Amino acid sequence: MEEINALFQGFAVAMTPLNLMLMFVGVTLGVVIGVLPGLGGANGIAILLPLTFTMPPTSAIIMLSCIYWGALFGGAITSVLFNIPGEPWSVATTFDGYPMAQQGRAGEALTAAFTSSFIGAFVAVVMITFLAPLVAKFALKFGPPEFFSVYFLTFCSFIGMGKGSPWKTLTAMMLGFALAAVGMDTVTGQLRLTFGFSELMRGFDFLVAVIGLFGIGEILLSMEEGLSFSGSSARINFKVVLETWKKLPKYWVTSLRSCLVGCWMGITPGGATPASFMSYGIAKRFSPDGAKFGTGQMEGVVAPETAAHAAGTSALLPMLSLGIPGSPTAAVLLGGLLIWGLQPGPLLFVEKKEFVWGLIASMYLGNLAGLIIVLTCVPLFAAILRIPFSIVAPLIIVICAIGAYTVHNAMLDIWFMLFFGVVGYVFKKLDYPMAPMVLALVLGDRAEDSFRQAMLISQGNLSVFFSNALVGSIMTLGLVMLFWPLVAALKAKLRAAR
Amino acid sequence: MSQPNPSPDPQTHAVVGMRAMELIVAGLLLAFGLTVAYASYQLGADWAEDGPKAGYFPFYIGLIIAVSSVVTLAQAWLNRTPKSGEAFVERGQLKLVMAVLLPAAAYVLVIQWFGIYAASAIYMAVFMVWLGKYAWWKAALLGIAVSVAVFLMFEVWFKVPLHKGTLYNPLALFGF
Repeated sequence: MEEINALFQGFAVAMTPLNLMLMFVGVTLGVVIGVLPGLGGANGIAILLPLTFTMPPTSAIIMLSCIYWGALFGGAITSVLFNIPGEPWSVATTFDGYPMAQQGRAGEALTAAFTSSFIGAFVAVVMITFLAPLVAKFALKFGPPEFFSVYFLTFCSFIGMGKGSPWKTLTAMMLGFALAAVGMDTVTGQLRLTFGFSELMRGFDFLVAVIGLFGIGEILLSMEEGLSFSGSSARINFKVVLETWKKLPKYWVTSLRSCLVGCWMGITPGGATPASFMSYGIAKRFSPDGAKFGTGQMEGVVAPETAAHAAGTSALLPMLSLGIPGSPTAAVLLGGLLIWGLQPGPLLFVEKKEFVWGLIASMYLGNLAGLIIVLTCVPLFAAILRIPFSIVAPLIIVICAIGAYTVHNAMLDIWFMLFFGVVGYVFKKLDYPMAPMVLALVLGDRAEDSFRQAMLISQGNLSVFFSNALVGSIMTLGLVMLFWPLVAALKAKLRAAR
Repeated sequence: MSQPNPSPDPQTHAVVGMRAMELIVAGLLLAFGLTVAYASYQLGADWAEDGPKAGYFPFYIGLIIAVSSVVTLAQAWLNRTPKSGEAFVERGQLKLVMAVLLPAAAYVLVIQWFGIYAASAIYMAVFMVWLGKYAWWKAALLGIAVSVAVFLMFEVWFKVPLHKGTLYNPLALFGF
């Protein structure tokens, strides 16, 4: 019950007028970001991060995390109304959401999407409330080898659970590590990979990479598709909401299953996008109406939205309790914590109790605020998409450029942003995954530090990673994940031979 | 690009194929990996008294990039990658992408010379007139409005100074 007490103290922290106002501002900004092409949770928060430096850390993280919830909600609006997923995790929502809108049931589809998003997030937050302190307590005993093993498992999971070529995942991830290594070495103070350019001493900031990869890259991609927004208009009135809410309890099994899928994929770095696809696929297989999926089934909206939101939220669990983010957006939030001088990880729960529980309490409130805002303001947000692309595109590039500049007040970063934009465009088209690259860029230095510290302890003996049951089993799990694609390929070959 | 075009619609003619692009990118990554490995090797990639030297970690990172790129390179060469027969980018698409990318590059250059505010106003306006076919006065009005809004938000409200330009700072006229 210790958690309940702490949570109530958290509510007291989160419910100041300033924080409540920032919550609504954050969610509204987040929905706008989610609706606009080229701006998403990760780069949206990265751009707004410098503006929060003057705020108290608790208020700042509340606003930034609310932007994230807003972006998660916002993705559904464009999917249902315009058949354009505003965010990658809302692609699966278009399958049944858009047909529903075409049948004139847009209000119903949106209500179902928002409500299931809320439920998914709520379940994930409850899980964070009770699980995160336990994980943190457990992780207090971790030494450098244990931490390295968790990093190792995180990165191996990308290879084991990724959909595309494992070699490309490996390349992209190592590219992130290599970029992270540029600049001053934290242990010896030597300059690495700067090739004599003093500007490179600072290294590559992952925020700049995120703004370029996800922002500029996305604009280039959506430009290529020749954007034409034509969608159905939507108005949600109270009657539709109530009617939809009456129908929703019927899908409780789907909801529950999607929550589980989402929470699992969020904690392990699968992320919201695969979670939404997986949940949609499972719902289609098990539902009695499975054959009708794709023609405007409400269940087909409930499943991906619940899972995406559950995954997006639970990605914050490893970020808070271990200091290892489960998604690029969580990584950006982690970057923010570091800038405010807060070291995410198990100690945060001991040393900065107020901050942690204020944040967790704000997750409850922020999602509620999000639900209210999206249900009442859908026509407004849909109107944003009617702004012609020739205004939106340059505006987003201007915002990205400013965001990249403000990270370090460095002109060179704007050039890097442009470069990363081209890289993002090419990588996306060739199926090089960007999430592992960004996470490697964020965690590279820390993973390396824990590796080197572990090596110092053991005096260069690699067996330190198998020196006790805990670190040994995490490493083994990591190795299984690493070689999983190989095992899967062998199995397929054996089956084919038979 | 002036060669006669076999495709009936020149806009959908592939400029670069998927396979060629896979090869190019994997080749570049291979070179990058080897460069990282070499630079780290020079820095010292072995062990000192007190643990691994600074180049130890990046050296192996570089090697892994090189090895995995070789595999991707081989897969692309043998046409094992999915979609290898398709176009990476069609001519019409490339035109649209360049219509965003080239002005964006010019924009960054103007930022470097004349600062973010002037560059943003010009960029917004030019983009709107050129691609959106807006009347120039509408475009100019919106471009200036965006710059003023950004100025108020960053310089005045949040006190975050933005880049002022290395050649000439137009805001110097107003004392900033």
